Amino acid sequence: MSRRPLTIAVTGLNATDNPAPGVGVIRALREGAIPGDRVVGLAYDALDPGAYAEEIVSDVFMIPYPSQGVEAFLSRIEYVHERVRLDVVLPTLDAELPSFIDIAPRLKSMGIGTCLPTRRQLDLRSKANLAALGDRAGISVPRTAVLGSAEDLSRVHEKVPYPFFVKGVYYGATLATSYDEAIAAYHKVVAQWGLPVLVQQHVGGEEFDVVGVADGEGGLVGAVPMKKLMLTDKGKGWAGITVKDDGLVDVARAFARATKWRGPFEVEVMRDRRGQYQLIEINPRFPAWVYLSVAAGMNLPLAAARIAAGESVAPFGEHEAGAMFVRISIDQVAKIRDFQSIVTTGEIVRSAH
Amino acid sequence: MASSIRDLALSETGFVFDPSSGATFTVNATGLCVLHALKEGLSWGEIATRLSERFDVRSGDPARDVAELAGMLRQEGLLPASEKGAES
Repeated sequence: MSRRPLTIAVTGLNATDNPAPGVGVIRALREGAIPGDRVVGLAYDALDPGAYAEEIVSDVFMIPYPSQGVEAFLSRIEYVHERVRLDVVLPTLDAELPSFIDIAPRLKSMGIGTCLPTRRQLDLRSKANLAALGDRAGISVPRTAVLGSAEDLSRVHEKVPYPFFVKGVYYGATLATSYDEAIAAYHKVVAQWGLPVLVQQHVGGEEFDVVGVADGEGGLVGAVPMKKLMLTDKGKGWAGITVKDDGLVDVARAFARATKWRGPFEVEVMRDRRGQYQLIEINPRFPAWVYLSVAAGMNLPLAAARIAAGESVAPFGEHEAGAMFVRISIDQVAKIRDFQSIVTTGEIVRSAH
Repeated sequence: MASSIRDLALSETGFVFDPSSGATFTVNATGLCVLHALKEGLSWGEIATRLSERFDVRSGDPARDVAELAGMLRQEGLLPASEKGAES
């Protein structure tokens, strides 16, 4: 299918042992690129590794953290737009999504498309609301309790028995088998992420992750389930393989239908030996392993970019099972002039624009 | 949940991939012969006979070996528990 060339900005260029999704998204976009396509990186740190991957990203601009205010954030995007004429922005980090959703109408008036859910949809899949979403979508969710104070923890086992996971509202999960372990995990989460803290029942089985894109009208554009084969000490997937299980895709489909979600997402699901599924978490963005979707026959980042650009994207067919990734750490040789440029001017412009 | 023998991807080197669970494992030549036979829908008796025909079975009991492998497949969830004993 023919399409017009796009200039696509992508955030999340951090690529350490707990990588952000940006580099995977960019590699997918490059894989499906047509002449004239261009990828622009939006970096929060001068040493974000993806900024120095010049074979996949032409220009890079520093942007302020959303916590510095929406106006400063928007003002910087406007500047980037003036420099490189953006068609699409694909944010990839949880913490920046609310800001991008808020400025999406203004971006649209500038001619920059996005593929994002609404604030309400974003809240529907939050950890605190996951049980209600499960009811609405007809998906089983492990028993969950929301804690507003340390005192709540002393009686939470009446609702959610040990062992359970203590989770931050954005990130992190620690398994607690006793009150002592739970209270230690609680304070750690509060120190890092603040309140509320979530407690989620530990359920047995195998974990699968599904990356998907939904069209905003209740439909699924595509979804690829993956089983992690190797984990880092932070529990992040370092190797994985795509699997064929209609039940996993059905969980993603039920989520898209119940929320009318628009954009990328990742669902984390446990499957027990009886083949029952429990929804553990929904992330409102692509996962770092999203490039695997391309190997499985679905270029989901490109689909999201095309939706953001206002194109109509037909749902994908079947994905391929057995596509595999093994992550690698490499020492990427970088140019000091790029480092100098981003530190002093906040940008690296490699394209002749 | 998968787990049908028919869904398994078998390579001639004995590498086996279960597309439903993402699990991979390896089997030797006799194991591969049994898995191919199961995919074809042969009975346990027919499988034991095929093993005797294709491999040099001078000692041992192919039927018992097949039963052992069936137990392992059941443990991995690749054969339904209800078929227990069918191989004997």
